[in-house]
Amino acid sequence: MAPAQAMATMSEPQSITVTVNGERYQRAVEPRLLLSDFLRHELGLTGTHVGCEHGVCGACTVLLDGAAVRSCLIFAVQADGHEVTTVEGLAAGDGLHPLQEAFRREHALQCGFCTPGFLLTLVPFLEENPQPTEEEIRHALSGNLCRCTGYQNIVAAVKRAARERAEAP
Amino acid sequence: MKRREGLAKLTGREPYVDDLPFDGGLWGATVRSPLPRGRIREIRFGAGVDWSEMIVVDHRDVPGRNVIKLIVDDQPVLAAGEVRHVHEAVLLLAHPSRALLRRAVRAVEVVVDPLPPVLDYRRPPAREQIQHGDDNVFKRLAIDKGDVDAAFAAAAHVVEGIYQTGAQEHVYLEPQGMLAWLEGEGEREVVVVRGSMQCPYYVHEALCYALGRPAERVRVIQAPTGGGFGGKEEFPSGVAIHAALLALKARRPVKLVYERGEDMAATTKRHPSWVRHRTAFDAGGNLLAQDVEVVLDAGAYVTLSPVVLSRGVIHAAGPYRCPNVRIRGRAVLANFVPAGAFRGFGAPQTLFACERHMDRCARVLGLEPAELRRRNLLRDGDATATGQRIDDGTDREALLDRALKLAGWEAKRTAHRSWNAEQPFRRRGLGLATFFHGAGFTGAGEVYLASRAHVAGLADGRVEVRTAATEMGQGTITIFTQIAAARLGLEPEQVVIAEPDTARVPNSGPTVASRTAMIVGRLVEKACDDLRRRLGVGDAAPGAAVVEAIRAWHRQHPGEEPVGEGRYEPPPGIHWDEEHYRGDAYGTYGWAAYVAEVEVDLRTYVVTVIDFVAVQEVGKVLNETLARGQIQGGVVQAIGWALLEELKVEGGAMRNNQLTNYVIPTSEDVPPIRVAFVENPYPHGAQGAKGIGELPMDGPAPAIANAVADALGVDPCAIPLTPERLMALVEGEDEAPVAGAA
Repeated sequence: MAPAQAMATMSEPQSITVTVNGERYQRAVEPRLLLSDFLRHELGLTGTHVGCEHGVCGACTVLLDGAAVRSCLIFAVQADGHEVTTVEGLAAGDGLHPLQEAFRREHALQCGFCTPGFLLTLVPFLEENPQPTEEEIRHALSGNLCRCTGYQNIVAAVKRAARERAEAP
Repeated sequence: MKRREGLAKLTGREPYVDDLPFDGGLWGATVRSPLPRGRIREIRFGAGVDWSEMIVVDHRDVPGRNVIKLIVDDQPVLAAGEVRHVHEAVLLLAHPSRALLRRAVRAVEVVVDPLPPVLDYRRPPAREQIQHGDDNVFKRLAIDKGDVDAAFAAAAHVVEGIYQTGAQEHVYLEPQGMLAWLEGEGEREVVVVRGSMQCPYYVHEALCYALGRPAERVRVIQAPTGGGFGGKEEFPSGVAIHAALLALKARRPVKLVYERGEDMAATTKRHPSWVRHRTAFDAGGNLLAQDVEVVLDAGAYVTLSPVVLSRGVIHAAGPYRCPNVRIRGRAVLANFVPAGAFRGFGAPQTLFACERHMDRCARVLGLEPAELRRRNLLRDGDATATGQRIDDGTDREALLDRALKLAGWEAKRTAHRSWNAEQPFRRRGLGLATFFHGAGFTGAGEVYLASRAHVAGLADGRVEVRTAATEMGQGTITIFTQIAAARLGLEPEQVVIAEPDTARVPNSGPTVASRTAMIVGRLVEKACDDLRRRLGVGDAAPGAAVVEAIRAWHRQHPGEEPVGEGRYEPPPGIHWDEEHYRGDAYGTYGWAAYVAEVEVDLRTYVVTVIDFVAVQEVGKVLNETLARGQIQGGVVQAIGWALLEELKVEGGAMRNNQLTNYVIPTSEDVPPIRVAFVENPYPHGAQGAKGIGELPMDGPAPAIANAVADALGVDPCAIPLTPERLMALVEGEDEAPVAGAA
């Protein structure tokens, strides 16, 4: 294929099917559309925030088949055939996910812009490590930036969520 | 009371500006200057873009004054002929496709004939570098008390030092952004702007000025704001004007949201500083005289530098009793993005110098750092550098002792000695800082602001608090609910906090200067009292009577609502002489003593803060959870400023304008912050509150630098204390220069 033709093919919309928060979406997207832009602009799921556009701040973290990923670092086409969970899909029904509740109780957010990314980073972390130490928590959080809280209450919220999970029947 | 904000933020439903729908609207973008100084010769619109479908705005499209209104009319909305810093806004573009817009921004070439820029604010400018007055000095201030020269002549000890601090980027997690649209037609057309901001009425005034419109034809609404720290005090005015200009030209809604790299490169920074101290003591270690010179790097335009300098010089002598003081301050031009408001507002810079210098003085005098401070801390009845008599009943020595005790100072000192002797590569040290922070606007600022707040009775019996105070994470909604509920005897659910919308709320002043709870909160109390008066309900009557009276009012006055108003009045006995910088610089001060414990790795020169104690007196603590959150967050932001955050500036531009290489603290870089409050209610603040938000920015940097001095026996005089700078210091080289606009 000549380079010009290759370019044309590369920019032609691709059909993808992605399950987001349990709902299946079929869309034709530009191959270079970021997953974060797909979620925000195509699906209107604006709870996924974009803080730095290059994978440092962690605000755009979502779950891809249960694993935390930075939605600004992957293309929407890479999510084709996969399941995505965003902050909007964290809680079942109108209530709060236990982690959201723990954040609320411990005042683990101020401006709230980074919060969805922290929550989605922590969901798989707590599943893999249900009783983390403070050091393990701080390590797990170190890929997400928060400028308001000083992290202390986020650590406290993770401890609370772990404690309540252990105490749950 | 539990925090009211947060539910929408936890569930992803909080509508920040970038989340707002704007059907049929355009995205906006900014084309910026490539050079630090010069004259624009030509703007070339390159190939590969269909310019006929692009909205293009330049300075000729500004219908009013081409000025971003603030203190001095020097900063253009869009450069007209001359540019004064890299990334200065020259041209605006708008288009429905963000991808095409990005390509278009790259396709524009701004051709600038260079002029000699000022790249180091510390050097006197050459004649061809003069751009303001005859010396590039934007503002000079002087404070004089007693006879400094005579005191130096009689001194037992004289200690000198020069201290420098670097620029700092706010890194609010949500970048700057505004959505602008038009409502109504012809003479009744209103420009509406909704976006991320701290000060709706600053934005409103700036829009009226640049658009040449009367107040009623501009409306500004704050969107949920993802952090501010001062970075959304004055800067959003320009973003709002840009979005509005594009919307006016396109006749469609326009959203202008900065990308992170643009935000970091083009927005205001904390003022870099150079401070020289010369200090005289008597033989007993008592301060005789302080001679202080303060220079702030203001960047290319005046913005808020005169008032940042003002707070800086007033705090420069520290919380000490000294009969003779001479302070000279100046804010000077450099061809770099303008410095602007940043949490602490000049005080962190001068308090870094003061508190680092106090440790150096202690060493020269052979005194323990705590002992030197104990001998000199202001006691009730003493006067500050401006001659303000302090008589508030706060025991500042007890505050220091509490911090030392909480930190375990004596035991740790002993433990460090043996630990340091045993460890091959690691050293530990302790450092402290005692400091203060003036609460609210400086001098007569609050009188000029003449703020107002309203509390209205709604038809259903609830009340609505109407102020322009913005919530950006600090808990304004909770605090105002708490204040109004307590004053009217209501439950929190019976209090509604109005969205800051200039069409609905009075001008209660900007959300800055740690003034929201203390000053605006007090206006809310007064408005509640006024509402009771209008309703004919006595001050002691219970909430049920207030609710009943509101409902009765609505029955008797259909279509009208009862509104109570609170207006600012200065506390009695406050006198400020603006001309001579004498008198009561602030209504009151928060007082604090902070202790940092650090560990230094001698192989990498990395400094780690391993323990931090923050003890402060901030009047009555209205909500301990929120107050602790302010202190913890502020201390961590200050740890970043002290150790990590360094602007790399080349050719007048920030080169590390990404979060990958401008590093802010993560959860692994900071210890838990141990916070303690001493309460001493301030009679003129809401429920006894003083300001709190900025105080925690002042103390950590000097405490940390003092701890490094203690650990290594070196004398760090410049921050950020990066490994490179510390290595140079330990290995006896010159300290690496601190970024101004170098």
